[in-house]
Amino acid sequence: MASKVIQAYYNDDDVLMHAVKKVKAAKHHIEEVYCPFPVHGLDKAMGLAPTRIAITSFMYGCLGLSVAIWMMNNIMIVDWPQDIGGKPSFSYIENMPAFVPIMFELTVFFAAHLMVITFYMRSKLWPFKKAENPDVRTTDDHFVMEIEVHNNEQELKDLLLDTGAVEINMTEKNLH
Amino acid sequence: MYTFSNRLKIGSFIMMAIGALFIITGFLSAPSTVEEAKAIVASHDDGHGSAHGGEVTHAVEGHGDDAHHDSAHDEHMLAQLKNRPWSALYVAAFFFFMIALGALAFYAIQRAAQAGWSPLLFRVMEGITAYIVPGGIIVFAILALSVAHMNHLFVWMDPEVVAHDELIQGKSGYLNPYFFLLRAAIFLGGWIFYREYSRKLSLRQDESDDNSNFKLNFRWSAGFLVFYLVTESMMSWDWIMSVDPHWFSTLFGWYIFASMFVSGITTIAMVTVYLKSKGYLPDVNNSHIHDLAKFMFGISIFWTYLWFSQFMLIWYANIPEEVTYYVTRIENYKLPFFGMIAMNFLFPVLLLMNSDFKRMNWFVCMTGIVILAGHYMDIYNAIMPATVGTHWGIGIPELGGILFFAGLFLFWVFRALTNAPLQPKRNPFIEESRHFHY
Repeated sequence: MASKVIQAYYNDDDVLMHAVKKVKAAKHHIEEVYCPFPVHGLDKAMGLAPTRIAITSFMYGCLGLSVAIWMMNNIMIVDWPQDIGGKPSFSYIENMPAFVPIMFELTVFFAAHLMVITFYMRSKLWPFKKAENPDVRTTDDHFVMEIEVHNNEQELKDLLLDTGAVEINMTEKNLH
Repeated sequence: MYTFSNRLKIGSFIMMAIGALFIITGFLSAPSTVEEAKAIVASHDDGHGSAHGGEVTHAVEGHGDDAHHDSAHDEHMLAQLKNRPWSALYVAAFFFFMIALGALAFYAIQRAAQAGWSPLLFRVMEGITAYIVPGGIIVFAILALSVAHMNHLFVWMDPEVVAHDELIQGKSGYLNPYFFLLRAAIFLGGWIFYREYSRKLSLRQDESDDNSNFKLNFRWSAGFLVFYLVTESMMSWDWIMSVDPHWFSTLFGWYIFASMFVSGITTIAMVTVYLKSKGYLPDVNNSHIHDLAKFMFGISIFWTYLWFSQFMLIWYANIPEEVTYYVTRIENYKLPFFGMIAMNFLFPVLLLMNSDFKRMNWFVCMTGIVILAGHYMDIYNAIMPATVGTHWGIGIPELGGILFFAGLFLFWVFRALTNAPLQPKRNPFIEESRHFHY
């Protein structure tokens, strides 16, 4: 369903932060803020829920560690036992120190790559996706705050101009 | 201004008194003749037969040999038992000195990096590094007593041993008592000089009307770090690695550095949390604690990385003269050796991984206590196998050393904290540090 949104343009991250706090204090719901670079503390100011990506990272790390343990046991002990450096013990635990670097690397590898993939999926990003930002200037030097309008156009306009917006734009948009 | 609370002061005095009593007991109960030594080992084996299995098989082997060999074995056992109170004293003295030195390195890095988050903690760090003076002098005194043949912690100092040992003869250009003491004096002199001078500049900056003291401090700190990295490495060869004069490891200096660095940072965090709980340091917020806890977490992993790098190469190569270092430890020191890895790696990794836990003061303190105990065990495992062999234990001499030096450390550090306001006034980054938040 297309709905009416108001887009306020800012050209400074400090001004934007103050504006976000003011708009939140006036009890308006901010749909989205488009920034050319990550603005520190913006998520907290917008009232977004804290990220849970750290938890997934821990789980992916555990998965990587398990895969490494299983893989090295299978390759070096079960499938084709090998005598390296005079250590033909054919026992996982006695050869374990040699596998620690692999365990470490796969833990990091799984945590890092799966975390990035999770992040892309969660942010609905994929190759050749059409950009969502409403104005090319948000990739350069402008910040855009987007608020849904519910018959309070003038009130919002006054509020946003008051917070230091350099430009205000009304548009129809498919939210959600 | 901080005032030294009476309870803490009395507590530190009691620790020193009990510690001194234990240390004296440890020295008095050490055997002076072969017969006494045999009696001690015999009574000890009754109680802990399984724990000292290695000793029993050793004794059996000895009986098969001729009488001369048997008496040589007894002499060796006597030397090891005599070494125990000295080793316990040395490990504890070095451990608490190492905390102060690690904190000094951390402080110098903050100065050289012109870090914006940490100036609020500078007075805490300066308080901890004050212990470098008495701690360094005590360690130097123990080393000097070793050179004077009061103990046998360093076998290469014994001319009788060197005469029959070609490997040590080859190293005697470096490992000889006079050069050893001269080096120790240079290391300690340099570290103490930087600590005192940097503290003076830090206090002078509070009263000055420009930033010249701050800039000068920056330059001296950068210079100190160069001096420190070289001398700390040599110190670890001299004071720790040389108890096993045949064995060497090229990353030993880094390994000991990681140990002292994480102990120093942990102590900074714990003292900060203590002062904050008493209502001091009002501008220190949980982001500062979070940063210190991140360092505790990160350097614990760094320590493990170095520990494992050293272990794995030696284990894999399996060269007899190298691998004997770990064989001794795994056979005779199984619990302290593997227990230390759990305390220094698994514990901090699992407890401090969560970001929210790093902001909880009591959590940081609890983990800090385990980390400090773990790094005491690290130094213990580095010294004891070479000096007392299988006759180790955590008993009266070890607890005495820990109590005495912990008491002295607390007394000296908190006394130093009373000497200046806890918040630097005119550090150019103090505003940034006060608003440090994320």
